[in-house]
Order: sequence, then C-alpha cells, then structure tokens
Amino acid sequence: MQPDHPPIAVSQGQGNLDRPAAGENTQQFITFTLGAEEYGIDIMVVREIKGWTDTTMIPNAPAHVRGVINLRGVIVPIFDLRARFGAGLTVPTSMHVVIIVAAGTRTVGLLVDTVSDIISVDPKSIRPVPEMGLPTEDQFLEGLVAMENRMVTLVSLAGLFGKSADLAKRNFSSDLTKAA
Amino acid sequence: MSSESEGYPLAQFRKTFFEECAELLDALQSNLELLSNGSGDGETMHAIFRSVHSIKGGAGAFSLGALVAFSHVFESLLDAMREHKISVAPEVMQLVLRASDALADIVAAARNEQPLAADFAADIVAAMEEVLLGAADAPAPVSQPGPVAPGVDLSGERRYRIAFTPHSEMLQKANEPLLLIRQLRKLGGLVARVDSSRVPPLDVIEPEAAYLSWVFELDTGVPQSAIHEVFEFVEDDCDLKIEDISIRAVVAPVADAANPVAAVAEKTPDAPVAALTPTQSIRVDVDKVDRLVNLVGELVITQAMLTEQGTLLPVDHYPALIQGIEALAQSARELQESVMAIRAQPVKSVFARMPRIVRDLAATLGKEVRIVTAGEMTEIDKTVIEQLSDPLTHMIRNALDHGIEGPDARIAAGKPRQGTIHLSAAQRSGRIVIEVSDDGRGLNREKVLAKAQDRGLVAAGAILSDEEIDNLIFLPAFSTADVVSNISGRGVGMDVVKRNVQSLGGRITVQSRFGAGSRFTLSLPLTLAVVDGMVVSIGKETFIIPLTAIIESLRPQAADIHPVVGRGEVLALRGEYLPLTHLHKCFAIEGAITDPCRGIVIIVESESAGRVGVIVDELLGQQQVVVKSLEANYDPVDGISGATILGNGRVALILDIARLREIDGRTDAEWRADRQPKIQHAAVNVREETPHAA
Repeated sequence: MQPDHPPIAVSQGQGNLDRPAAGENTQQFITFTLGAEEYGIDIMVVREIKGWTDTTMIPNAPAHVRGVINLRGVIVPIFDLRARFGAGLTVPTSMHVVIIVAAGTRTVGLLVDTVSDIISVDPKSIRPVPEMGLPTEDQFLEGLVAMENRMVTLVSLAGLFGKSADLAKRNFSSDLTKAA
Repeated sequence: MSSESEGYPLAQFRKTFFEECAELLDALQSNLELLSNGSGDGETMHAIFRSVHSIKGGAGAFSLGALVAFSHVFESLLDAMREHKISVAPEVMQLVLRASDALADIVAAARNEQPLAADFAADIVAAMEEVLLGAADAPAPVSQPGPVAPGVDLSGERRYRIAFTPHSEMLQKANEPLLLIRQLRKLGGLVARVDSSRVPPLDVIEPEAAYLSWVFELDTGVPQSAIHEVFEFVEDDCDLKIEDISIRAVVAPVADAANPVAAVAEKTPDAPVAALTPTQSIRVDVDKVDRLVNLVGELVITQAMLTEQGTLLPVDHYPALIQGIEALAQSARELQESVMAIRAQPVKSVFARMPRIVRDLAATLGKEVRIVTAGEMTEIDKTVIEQLSDPLTHMIRNALDHGIEGPDARIAAGKPRQGTIHLSAAQRSGRIVIEVSDDGRGLNREKVLAKAQDRGLVAAGAILSDEEIDNLIFLPAFSTADVVSNISGRGVGMDVVKRNVQSLGGRITVQSRFGAGSRFTLSLPLTLAVVDGMVVSIGKETFIIPLTAIIESLRPQAADIHPVVGRGEVLALRGEYLPLTHLHKCFAIEGAITDPCRGIVIIVESESAGRVGVIVDELLGQQQVVVKSLEANYDPVDGISGATILGNGRVALILDIARLREIDGRTDAEWRADRQPKIQHAAVNVREETPHAA
C-alpha cells in the first residue's frame, strides 16, 4: 500500500519534538501511519527518523525482517511493521519512512508509511485494547487513544521485540545450529 | 556513557589494580628470567622486589588478605636476597620461581573472586619462611663483595649523592620539598646543599613556582630503591639523579688503581637516570580505543566512497576537490595505521611465558632444552596476542615432547646434549610471521604417511609430495607419539593449533628434515578488525568470503560435475571429489545462477567442513574490509560471521564458510521433506538430537 499523503520532512519532524508542552502527567508519542491506520510509539525510544534506503537481505530471516542498513557505521536491522502486523509486505519507495528506535540494548528500524505527528497524551486517557482473540505472541498493542476525530493505536516495543514467541523460536533455532 | 563506572569508583580502582597486577606479574616474570639465566644486575633484583611490593600494597588497599599474607612473606624473602643476606642459589631461585607462580594464581583467584584452598601454597610459604629463618641465624656475610666505605660498619652503609631539581610547576602539584628532605633525613646522615642561583628578583618572582634545587649527600644503610621511594610521587616533576658515590671512593682504587678517574667515568654514566626516566605512557580503557578504531573505520569507508565519487568528476573542472580527496585518502590511511598501532603490543608478553614452560617440561621429560627467542618487540594487535598464547604453548610443548630427543639419543646422533628451540617473530609484508623451530628428530615421513593411511586419512597407494606428507600432521586426530603422554598426543594436537590459527585469520605450515629438526611457521594478520575479503555476487546480493579460507576459484566443465544421491553434486578436481554448495539455495536468494558451469566455483577450506566448492555468480574483487558485528542489534545468523560496509555505503555480510556445507545439507533435507513425509520424520529426529550430541 502506498502512503496517501507525503511524509513530513525529517528535519521538520525533529524540530517538532519539543513543540507540544509536555505537562506533568502527559506522555508523548510519535504517530505514524500504515495505510489508513494511525499508530503511536513512545517518543522516548525514538532515536531518529529517516527515509527508506535499500537494505541488505539477511539469509533465512522471517519475512518481516527486511534486512540491514548502515546507520553511520552501525549495522541496524529493519523490520516491516505492516508485515509484522500480518497485513502483507510493504512495497517501499523513497517516500517511506524508517523510525530508528532503541529496543532494549538494541537499535532497530521500523519501516512505516509516514510519520504524521507528535501527540501528548494523559496516561489516564489511554484505553485498553479490546480483546480480539489475538494469540498471546501478537500482543504488541499497548492501548488506544481517541483524538478529536481519529484513533491512535499505541504500539509496545516490548511486545514487538521482547520475549515474543517469534524471537524465542528464532533463538531456539540458532541455538540448535550452534549446537550442531 | 561511563555513568556506571563513575557510580562505582571502587570497582573501577579494583579493575585498575588488577590491570596493574598483570603488568607487575609480567615484569616480575621477565626479571626473574633475567636473574635465573645470570644476565640480571642489582637493579633486576630491586625491580623484582618492587613488583611484589607494589602488589602487596595494592592488595592491602582492597583488603585481599590472602594476597597480602603471601606477598608479605615473598617480599621478605626477596628483600633478604637483595640485601645479600640470602645468596641466589639454584634451590632458592627455584623457590622464588614457584612463589611467583603461586602469586600469579592468588592474584587470578582474587580477580575472579574465587576462594582458594586454605592450604594453598602453604608448602611454598613454609619453605620461604625456613630460608628466611636460616638467613636470620647466619652471621652477616662478610665475604660479600659489596664495597665498604672506611669507618662504616658492616651493615653495608653507603654514601649517595642525590641531585634534586624540582620543575617549576612541582609546588602547584602539592609537593613540598621540605617534606621530602625530612624524609631523606630519616634514612641516615644527610648533608644538603641548596642552589638558589635560579631565584629571580622579587618583582618578577612567581609565588607558586619552584626555583631552588638541592644536592644531598646521604650516608645510609637502606638500598637505593628506598631513596627512590622518597621521590616516588615527584619523579615526573623534577630532575632527579641518584649516584652511589661510595663505589667511587672504594671500588675505584681496587679496580683500576692506575687510573681512578677513568674508572669513575665508566662507572657513573647515567645508568641510574635511565632507570628512573618514566616511560611516557598513559593507561586507556580498551573500549575507548575500540571506539576510536570503529570511528576511523567509518572515516575510511566514507573516504572510499568519496574517492569513488571523485573519479566521476572531470579533473579539469574540480582540480582542488580532486586534490583534496587524494589528500584525505592519504591522511585517512595514515590515521588508520596509527590507530591500529595503539592496539598493537609487543609479542613479548606471550614469548616471556615460554621459557618457564620449556624449563618445567624439560625437567619432567628428562630432556635438556634451551629456548632462544628473537623479535620479542614485534608488535601485533592485542586481541591476536591474547589468542596466540594457546597455540604457541602447544607448539612449544610439541617440539619438546615429539621433536627434541633425550640427551643420550642426541649424543648418539652426533648432536649436542642440549636441544634448542628457536622462537622468533618478525613483521613481513603486512603480516606477522612467528617461527618455532627445533633441532630435534624432525618428522618421520614414512611413519606419518603410514599412520595417515592407517587412519584412513589418505587413500592407500596415493602419492604425496614431501610437503603434503608433512602437512598431514595438521589433520584432526593425528598424533605420532607411540606412547600417549600427558604432555601432548592425546589426539588433540596440531589440528587444534591449526584451527586456533585459522580463527585468527592466520596460516600455519611446517618444514622438516628427518633427523635435523622441524620448523613451524605461523603467519598472522596484524589485526582482527580488518579482513582481506573476496567480494562475490549471488543474484542481486553481495557477500564477502574471507581470503584466508579461499584455495582457488574456477569455472568448471559440465563433465566434472557429478550428482550424488542425497548429497547434491560433487566436483571432480585433479582426482579429488569436492562437495558443491549452492549459496543461493542456502540463503534462498532469487535470480542467482544455478548452473555451476555458468557461475564461478570457489574452493574454500575450513577445519570442520574440509574443502568445499561454493558456487557464486561472479567475483567482484578483492578488498580489505572492516569487520562489524551483526549481533549487536540482531540475532546470530547461521552461515554469517559478521558484516561490513562497502565503499558504496551498503552493508555486505561476511560468510562463515565452515557452516555453509551443513546449511546446504539442511536445505536439501527440508526440500525433500516438503515432498516426502517419511523423510520429514527422519529430518525432524535429526534436528532434535543435535543439541544432545553437542
């Protein structure tokens, strides 16, 4: 799916970081889109936002791992969030955006359509994700926030990169190969 | 970033203490070596004492009781030795060597916070105490050749002249000469002369600058090192010269009565000063150096990219820009070399351990062997040095056990009783070459070949060159010792050495003459951070194959490729059959060349997988690449040992060739499994069993 409006310029996006007054009890999220849906990610884990560049494939990796890029000398893996959410592979263009985040001790990139906004949210206004019968390993959604006339789904990095079944499975198979 | 270390200064000091301990133990070891082979002088004994003394001092600060207790006894023994109360007899020397081993063990235990047995080294302590007790009972050695000044008692009192000139900023570092002088006075009779000629007029005087200098004459029974200790904290901030002028007064007339002045002139050159001049060095965390190495690696990659882009520009339009790029390339290369040089250390730290190994082992085996080392100051990357110790030790042990004959056999063969092992290091064309040679019995080719055939390592009737036979000893599970000893020859032999060396990106070869000895030559890269790689393409992807693993590359004829049921294809090459690995299949790469006759087969060799032909589309060229970790931000990937960044800024993965054959086999199995449920069952069983097998 292609982005339906151009992504905001990266420099402008970073300039916006300190725009909304962060009140005592508010948490800030960077919002991004995948198709028509809008998602938010805790601003504190975001390291930078950059345009899509071609990646180098990682052999035998899951489909949502789009390969690795050179981020000023550091090898950073790029994850296709759309594919991770089970909505098919993104066909990336130069208009697509990679959000570089710190997931624990690792630095990884998330491929999304566009970065749209920075929102300040009162944690009390975050509503739980309704039970939708998702398997436990797919519980990477943290909550829902209703803005004026749109809804933002908050994504949990811990859910995406924590001890998810997917990661555990991969670790297991790499242990196997090490043992063999 | 360093908030952690700032939060725990004690842990930081502890770490520094153990780093210092390692250096002190190294120094102790090499000085003991000097002393035991008779080439040490008085200063050597003092240096030995100082090493142990410093360890004891630091251990006290960290409440390391066992270490303090042991080093105290050890220090007392050394003190008595340097005061000549105990002579450096062979049995005392043996005890000191054992004690220094035990000291290293205790330091290691303290560093790893492992408890030691309560009676650890108790026998050594008891032996040392016994020697000390004997020394206390014995009368002061009158026959000691120490010079004695007239009118001075037998305790060995000497007169020292100390020239002390503080640098002008010494006072600013909170050092007060008066305190030093008072401390000197405690050591014995002191005559001080002050030189105030440098004091400027009052209107230009700097209140915080030091202008005075002194010459002291000190009569004392303490050793010269005790005087040095007084100045320990100001050594860097002053000019200090300490001379033993009692030598001048007494020895000169005896040694050279005819020409006392000449004797003095020979005796006084600045040897003590040289010993005093501190090495200009700073202690830097390895992490900081590594960070610098990484950054320079980045710089080199960016520079390579700029150079590439520069070639696209018309020179006559942008002459200054092109010149700038060339200058940048030059500086970047020099910068990289300088930074790599920071990590480099002399191989001395590894070589210094070998004489002891030789001595101990020779005694165990009843052989007489000496080791001659050369090129200890050759520098090589710290990581390589750390990993060099094991293979080198193994080779030395091997030379002693299998190479050098017993004394009687040597005499029968017309050789000197004592065998010699030469250990040398030298830098040759960007690599370091280490040679271990012995004058022992050499390799018995008939025996080696028979053994290899016996073990099925070589087909019966195969004709091998001498060189090929010699290199059979590097095959796994090859050992020619008829009797398995506990020194070497337990089946883990030269193959382990070869694997270690290969994992360092090195090569090992052997040359031997039966009856005359063997020479092992190790060739190692200067650094692990940079690898010589072959850049290859498979489909649209680019990979790096380490050059050290590559034997040759070729485009095969269709007639040379034979299918083998269940094992893919093999390539017939000069009478040998090599399994072929399709990289595109291993890594599921689309659009690659599948027919080996249209691509390129690269013959690679690894210890675990042997020789394998790897099929790629094209060879793109050979270049040095900076190795990056893929695992910092991602999980380990089977078949990939690391990553690097190419001149165009793209990431390329470095192949782990030892794993490829297996991955290929697995993808074959999976492929068959998809089609045949029965085989799938077998495949699953295999995969479940593997972890237990390991």
